[in-house]
Amino acid sequence: MTPDLFFEQLVNGLSLGSLYALIAVGYTVVYGIVQLINFAHGEIFMMGAFGAYTVWLLAGSPTELSAAAALGLLLPAMILGGILVAVGTALLTERFAYRPLRGAPRLAPLISAIGISVFLQEFVRLFYGRIPGFPDSKRAIPFPHIEGISGNSIQLGDVSIKMTSVFTVAALLICTAFLWYYINRTKTGRAMIATSQDPDTARLMGIDVDRVIMSAFAVGAALAAVAGVAHGMYIGNIDFKMGFMAGLKAFTAAVLGGIGNINGAVVGGVVLGLVEAFAGQVGDTAWKDVWAFVILILVLVFRPQGLLGAKVVDRA
Amino acid sequence: MTKTAKAAIIAAVAASVALAGCGTRDESNSAGGDTVEKKVVTIGTISPLTGDLSAVGSGIRNGVDLAVKQANASDAIPGWEIKIEPMDDEAKPDTGKNAATKLAADDTVIAVVGTMNSSVAQPVAPVLNAADISMVSPANTSPALTKGADLNAPVRQNKSFFRLCASDDKQGPFAADYLLEQGIKKVATIHDKKVYGQGLVEEFTKAFTAGGGEIVAAETINPEDKDYNTVISKVKSASPEAIYYGGEYPQAGPLSQQAKAAGLKIPLMGGDGLYDAAYIELAGKDAAEGDLTTSVGAPVDSLESAKAFAEAYAAGGYAEGIGPYGAYSYDAANVIISALKTTLASATDAKSARAATVDAIQSFTTTTAATGDISFDEFGDNTNQVMTVYKVEGGEWKAAYTGTAM
Repeated sequence: MTPDLFFEQLVNGLSLGSLYALIAVGYTVVYGIVQLINFAHGEIFMMGAFGAYTVWLLAGSPTELSAAAALGLLLPAMILGGILVAVGTALLTERFAYRPLRGAPRLAPLISAIGISVFLQEFVRLFYGRIPGFPDSKRAIPFPHIEGISGNSIQLGDVSIKMTSVFTVAALLICTAFLWYYINRTKTGRAMIATSQDPDTARLMGIDVDRVIMSAFAVGAALAAVAGVAHGMYIGNIDFKMGFMAGLKAFTAAVLGGIGNINGAVVGGVVLGLVEAFAGQVGDTAWKDVWAFVILILVLVFRPQGLLGAKVVDRA
Repeated sequence: MTKTAKAAIIAAVAASVALAGCGTRDESNSAGGDTVEKKVVTIGTISPLTGDLSAVGSGIRNGVDLAVKQANASDAIPGWEIKIEPMDDEAKPDTGKNAATKLAADDTVIAVVGTMNSSVAQPVAPVLNAADISMVSPANTSPALTKGADLNAPVRQNKSFFRLCASDDKQGPFAADYLLEQGIKKVATIHDKKVYGQGLVEEFTKAFTAGGGEIVAAETINPEDKDYNTVISKVKSASPEAIYYGGEYPQAGPLSQQAKAAGLKIPLMGGDGLYDAAYIELAGKDAAEGDLTTSVGAPVDSLESAKAFAEAYAAGGYAEGIGPYGAYSYDAANVIISALKTTLASATDAKSARAATVDAIQSFTTTTAATGDISFDEFGDNTNQVMTVYKVEGGEWKAAYTGTAM
């Protein structure tokens, strides 16, 4: 492997890993507080991407914007739209699919989550394209070209780094910084930590546990929506089943890093992305998933709590 | 019609029936009395008439419908009226097999035009073969349908199965020849590990290396993958002059888009799984520009022989377009009708002429069909294996080269 090729695969791995990490945070935050594997989280990511795409459609499908207008207006509007749709969906699922089952055995909300996952996929597949003026959602939809990012790249010697990669990695860095601040420096964040440690005592201390749980869902969904936009630009298309595999990989990343641990989710995501890129480079590319899961199994055998371990002791 | 004329016709019909020495036809036919009685022979069609592929499937039905209407209008088979029985297979093997069973149970059915999908033809062909019903396929491209799973030791699968379009095992070599002719000597191959994609790449590789070309990288992807950057970086480092992709457009479109975005600005070529407008949409007009595909047959608008057909089709007032296989299905129906001219001449009913019709189609040849020459080899494949290379120009697939695959 030449140094150039190594560097290129490093960038590929970091970009993919950043996407995984942004989604993985949602799994881990929710798990840390309610001990629920929210299998519908991959679909929240998909809803975020479709929300952003819808904003672009409603803006009149602009294709000839200047870079300044695209980056200053269109992209922020799309990200905001994606976040609104994703957070809205997440809160609705929390309210109607999970909250009624909060006292039920753990398997009940898990099955409920799988049901929501299938429901959201089919909802987008069957209904999105029926809205007048919207494209057929049964197959992949090309994501809009954002001037200044899509198709541009930075040239470093013989290595070209795509602007979409830069955007994806930057999105992870910014979101992680925001998340750190939100969890550690705000009142809601500290309430989240308290609830994850002991929900009953937290409630006795006057913390509104329902609100904390909603915040956890909302934060995870917002990050997933950012990942949805980054995915659209980096991969070039979105479709109704994009959340399934991405969700599975992100869940893997969360477990790899230590589920319940936010830093672990970020590290796990990036590690998973890098493993996939380099396993694909060294061996047959179609086997990259196999190696990714081999790494997962090895980590779980020798370090069951994940790479960084859960901050919170499982109190089950 | 006067009473005397009517009586004269009834007398004539009765006489001819008596001369032919036959009894009665089925009830539906003997119920009349005030028209000239004709015996009924049915040609079935099996193709998707609902669902995603219905546009193409309806083109197949319409091609047969047109041929049958023309034959009836010119009284091509004296004493017989040809009927068409269109069946919907929904592009599903099970539904197709049920349709075939239903057709086989109808004694007037003598031949079937269809199917569109190779996976549907797989269970349909044996059902029809067992009933001696000829099946002339306008669209199935899987080589296994005629030659079996092992192409190195080909065995004819069904005596009554014939096909007009070229099969997939010819697409790879045809693409290899085209690229070599364009001066491209270094190619990277990628496929999706599915039967269709892997087969294309294997045949391509054989022909390309035999022609003096070099495969600089041979890679695979998973059909569920969305991010192809790893494989693209890998391929890029081998500096190929083109990519040959075995697979279909849902993966190929994004692959082309991501390759060009990563600075790998070389044409991507594939089989007919790419030949769809959705490919260009997914890849983006700019990225898809110059990408290539092979597809069976010649473009209908370029063929002199197909013009009459295209005009008649337009005049027929069909709701759906001809589609890629409409001309083949029209030819398929005409092959059957030509065979029926000899086999039905002395037949008393359609069912007893089934076996003879299979033999008549096997030995049929023409040079004036809408798609050109037609004759069948020992496997039931058309000896005329015409293919076309299409290229994306200005955001559309344009025919770049039409030739005969070896």
